[in-house]
Amino acid sequence: MIKLGIPSKGRLMEDTFSWFAKHGVTLARTGSDREYAAEVSGVDGVSLVLLSAGEIPREMAAGRIHLGVTGTDMVREKIPLWLEKIAPLAEMSFGHADLIIAVPNFWVDVETVDDLDAAAAAFRKQHGFRLRIATKYHRLVREYLQQHGVADYQLVDSQGATEGTVANLTAEAVADITSTGATLEANHLRMLSDGPILASQATLFASKTADWSQCDLGRLLAVLGLENPDIG
Amino acid sequence: MDRVRQQTERLSGLFRDAGAVTVETSVLQSADTLLDLYGEDIRARAYVTSDPVLGEQMLRPDFTVPVVQRHMEEGAEPARYTYQGLVFRKQEAGTGRASEYTQVGYEVFDRADPAGADAEVFALFAKALEGAPLKAATGDIGVLTAAVAGLSTTARRRGALLRHLWRPVRFRALLERFSTPATRTLPQMRADVPKIGLRSAAEVEARLEALRQDTQIAPLDATELRALQAILEVSDVAPKALARLREIADDLPTINPALDQLDARLNALSARGVDVDGLNFSGAYGRTTMEYYDGFVFGFHADAPVPIATGGRYDALTRVLGQGREIPAVGGVIRPELLEALV
Repeated sequence: MIKLGIPSKGRLMEDTFSWFAKHGVTLARTGSDREYAAEVSGVDGVSLVLLSAGEIPREMAAGRIHLGVTGTDMVREKIPLWLEKIAPLAEMSFGHADLIIAVPNFWVDVETVDDLDAAAAAFRKQHGFRLRIATKYHRLVREYLQQHGVADYQLVDSQGATEGTVANLTAEAVADITSTGATLEANHLRMLSDGPILASQATLFASKTADWSQCDLGRLLAVLGLENPDIG
Repeated sequence: MDRVRQQTERLSGLFRDAGAVTVETSVLQSADTLLDLYGEDIRARAYVTSDPVLGEQMLRPDFTVPVVQRHMEEGAEPARYTYQGLVFRKQEAGTGRASEYTQVGYEVFDRADPAGADAEVFALFAKALEGAPLKAATGDIGVLTAAVAGLSTTARRRGALLRHLWRPVRFRALLERFSTPATRTLPQMRADVPKIGLRSAAEVEARLEALRQDTQIAPLDATELRALQAILEVSDVAPKALARLREIADDLPTINPALDQLDARLNALSARGVDVDGLNFSGAYGRTTMEYYDGFVFGFHADAPVPIATGGRYDALTRVLGQGREIPAVGGVIRPELLEALV
C-alpha cells in the first residue's frame, strides 16, 4: 500500500484535491469535518495520510510515508541533503511562494543584500548588537547570507506574524515567504532587489528511504501521467 | 580508544613540561559571547541548547574563548596554559567529519617577546608531531591587515575591507567596487512612508551621506591594488617569501613593520632549531577559516582537508574579551584522534 501524505487543512489541501482530481484520482475526506481520515478512488493500492504541511518532509525523509505533497521551501529548510532522501515527481502549479528578505520601505539606502551588509555593520556600531532578522527559515536564510558574505546580523525566531516584528521593535528586517507581497506592503516593508532566496511551489515528492516493496508506484504514475522517478 | 587517550596524555605531558598550567573549562558556554564574536555563522557550527536560568548555551566549539576569558579575569602574567577535552561542532551532512572530538591545546599569554612566543608554540607543536607524515603551513594575517591599512583611500573603505578580510568573495567584490568610479544613482529620503523599526531615519540619512561621499572618492590606486594581490599570491619557503614580500613593500611600505615581525619570527624559529628554509609560507594562509587570528598562523596538514593541528596569534581576541585590557596571545590545538589515525 502506497502511503500518500497531504496537507491536512486549508487552501493547500483543497488545491491538492483538485490537482489529483484533474489527474484522474479522487481524494476525499471521510467522516466528520474534524476527523483526519480520507479515502482514495480512481486507483488501487493508495492510502491517504493527512498531516500538517510542515511535517510532511520529515515523514518522507524518515520513510514513514511513500509520497507527499509539500512546498520546496519546507523540504529545503527541514531536510539536510534532501536530494538523497526524496525525489520530486511533479510541480503542482499552486502554493507559489518566494522566500525573500524584506526591510522597512523607508530604508532607501538598502536595495540589495550588499547594502544590507553595510547597514548591518553601521547598525551594530550604533546600537551595540547585531541587526536582527526575524524568520522561521533559519537554515535557508543563514546559508544565503553566508554565501553572500553578510556579517553583523543575527536571526531571531518568528513562527508567525513575522512582518509585524519590525514595527514591534523585535527585529530590524524579516525573511519570510510571500506570494503577492501584499502583507509586506501593508506592513511598510519592501523586499531586496536581488531576487528571492528561493522560489517555492507545492510539489509531489517520493521518498527514497521508504520501503517500496509492497507498492505499485508504476500504476499510480500511469494514472497520473507522470514519469517513473529514480528513487533507488 | 585507549591509544587516543595515550596520545592525548602524551601531548598534554609535553605541554606541561613546557611550563603550561592545566586548565579546565565548562562544556556549556554562554551563546551570547560566542555569537558576539563569531556572528550568526557559529549557529550553523555549534550545538545550541537552552537553559531556563542561564539562557541560550552552546556546547563549547573550542577552548580558546573560555581560556582567554579566564585569563583576562584572573590570570597572572605571563602565563602558559594547557587543556584537553572534547569540543563539539555540527558538521555538514555527508562530509563524515566528527562532530565531537578531542583537542589538546597550548596557549601563551606573554607581552615580552611576541616573535619568541610565536616560535615557542610552533617549535613545541613541531616537536609534538615529530614522526607523523605532516606538512607545516604558515602565514601571517598581520601582513594582510597592514596591507589593507596602508591603502591610500578613506578610513571607511579600509574598514569595509578589513571587516571582510576573512570572506574572500566579499573582499574581492569590495576591491572591484572600490577600483572603479561609483556609478550608483543615490535615492532620496521618502517622506511618504512610515519610519518603522529601531533603525532610525537619521541612520538611513547617515548611510546615504556616506554613499554620497563615497561617489567622490577616487578609485583605489592600481599599483597598491596589484601589491595587495601579489601578497595573497606569495607562496614559497619562508625566507624566499619574506624576500618577495620586501619587494612588494616597495609599493606598499606600510607592511614593513609586519615584515620586521615576520623576520624576527623566522630568526626565533631558527634559534629553536626549526628549519625555516624548508618551511612553507603563504600570503593567503589562514584567511578563510581562522577569523580570530590576527598575526602568525600555522597548521599541520596530512593529505586530508582537515588539519591535524592549527594555531596562531590572537591579540585582538584578548582585547574583545578583556573589556579594556589586552595581552598578546598565541596558541594552538592538536587533534589526537586524527593524529592517531595517521601513525
